[in-house]
Amino acid sequence: MSGFLTVTRLTLHEALRRRILTAALIAGGAFLTLYGVGLHFILRENSAATMTLIERRVMLNVLTLAGLYAANLLTIMTAVLLPVDTLSGEIASGVIQTLAVRPIRRRDIVLGKWLGHWMVMAVYLLFLAGGVLTLMATLARFTPPRVERGLPLVLLEGTVLLTLSISGGARLSTVTNGMLAFGLFGLAFIGNWVEQIGTYMGNHAAQEVGTVASLIMPSESLWQLAASHMQPSILRELGASPFSPVSVPSPAMVVWAVGYIAVVLAVGVRWFGRRAL
Amino acid sequence: MSEYAIETRGLRKQFGSKTAVEDLSLDVRRGEVFGFLGPNGAGKTTSVKMLLGLVEPTSGSGRVLGAPLGDRRTRARLGFLPEHFRFQEWLTGRELLHLHARLLGLAAAEGNARTEALLRRVDLTDAARRPIRTYSKGMMQRVGLAQALLGEPDLVFLDEPTSGLDPLGRLLVRDIIHELLDRGTTVFLNSHLLGEVEATCTRVAFVKEGRIVREMRLGESEGIVELEIRTGAISEETLASVAGLARVLEDGAGAGGSTLRLSVADEERIPAIARTLVERGVPLYEIRVARKSLEARFLEVMGEDQRPG
Repeated sequence: MSGFLTVTRLTLHEALRRRILTAALIAGGAFLTLYGVGLHFILRENSAATMTLIERRVMLNVLTLAGLYAANLLTIMTAVLLPVDTLSGEIASGVIQTLAVRPIRRRDIVLGKWLGHWMVMAVYLLFLAGGVLTLMATLARFTPPRVERGLPLVLLEGTVLLTLSISGGARLSTVTNGMLAFGLFGLAFIGNWVEQIGTYMGNHAAQEVGTVASLIMPSESLWQLAASHMQPSILRELGASPFSPVSVPSPAMVVWAVGYIAVVLAVGVRWFGRRAL
Repeated sequence: MSEYAIETRGLRKQFGSKTAVEDLSLDVRRGEVFGFLGPNGAGKTTSVKMLLGLVEPTSGSGRVLGAPLGDRRTRARLGFLPEHFRFQEWLTGRELLHLHARLLGLAAAEGNARTEALLRRVDLTDAARRPIRTYSKGMMQRVGLAQALLGEPDLVFLDEPTSGLDPLGRLLVRDIIHELLDRGTTVFLNSHLLGEVEATCTRVAFVKEGRIVREMRLGESEGIVELEIRTGAISEETLASVAGLARVLEDGAGAGGSTLRLSVADEERIPAIARTLVERGVPLYEIRVARKSLEARFLEVMGEDQRPG
């Protein structure tokens, strides 16, 4: 087995053995339970008799997006926290030394850890988003449009943060790294709201601030793009929910995000390659 | 094939404004147990890390097993027990060795066979199914030793391998080092436990402030011998005559007699000292000749200004 796959396997083993996955699944299970119970009561109050078909569809779509937004946030948290100390912590404790002296490339350590953590994050997102969609389909017989286009974008958003968290750990301490990743996420979040309000008010300067923030950190744009896919165009055009962006990010943001991941990962590999261990 | 397992010239490592290693120029022959001695902070661990490719030197050059420092293929032939022996604590001892077998690229059957043999050798078979976090410090060091030997290396770096061990554990490490020596494996031992070094090493280097200040073969007479002499009452005059033949280290004059500690440049002076004492009518009860201990040499080389690190 190559060094890369051995490290990937070690990372997955660690997630299982240290009950990280179990904790994530329990927290996710609690979220889904709450979501299901809430949905049950909302549906009981708002039956087909009290609403038009359109009203009901709008309500269900907004509720689905709310659930997916929560799933998105939990995935982001996991993407940052799960690998935040995988390099910095092992460098600080010296655990990394016994791996790095073996006849494997240093980049295999970074990439192996990246793939292992990515798989855990992807399973977690699938569990949460799959749970929200299954509950909605079962309880309300509703499925939002273009899920197959929206969810990969949420996964891409998580991948951006996961990659930042892993690469940052090649150079920064655990706390600095975590704060930087969440700080950038916050920047993108605020930047996007400035952009939405700027678009609404026709203020170009504010719009540009948002665009620059999205280029520095594409996470929020990816969510907005995902959310705009997973709602009918009528809902998006009405701007009827907090999940209906006034300014839909350009699909080019997907290309930007993929390039962003590649560059951040390459920087992480380079940093770790030259780091004194 | 070079006769040296390690050859370095002017290796230097600077971390910011701090110089960890000033000038490491070293030749370690294949098959020898080489002791690398120095006080804490002398640059021993950084030196080992440069030799292993964990730390890139700021300047200088070196070869390990004939290959440039950090060469990936050559690393398969190295073993390393780090100073703080931290491992993935959530793994069991057996899983740790299996992991390293995979990292070494060993076939599964071979990896399993070596794992079981080494677990037996370091007496951890019974604890092999327990997570490493439940191990005592000594057990952790033993499993670390097993992972260092898993690849049947040609060169093993042991960084303070006995510092956490009880006497039985130390004996085990000593036995293993002797086995490695018999097998022709080169051992690079970083230690400040001088007794251990004296018992295991064939050659030592003293490192001070990032620089090698002395190298010596152990067991070789350094030309300095210490004497402890127990006599009856001894006059100032006689003592002055003795001082002409040897350096008086200690003069423990008591009411009924004296205990002198002397050092002489060569053994030929010993009969002369005895003759002087006897001719002057000093009762001579005992003369003990002691080679200088490694500890004494260490203190001499490091100088009086050394403070505990």
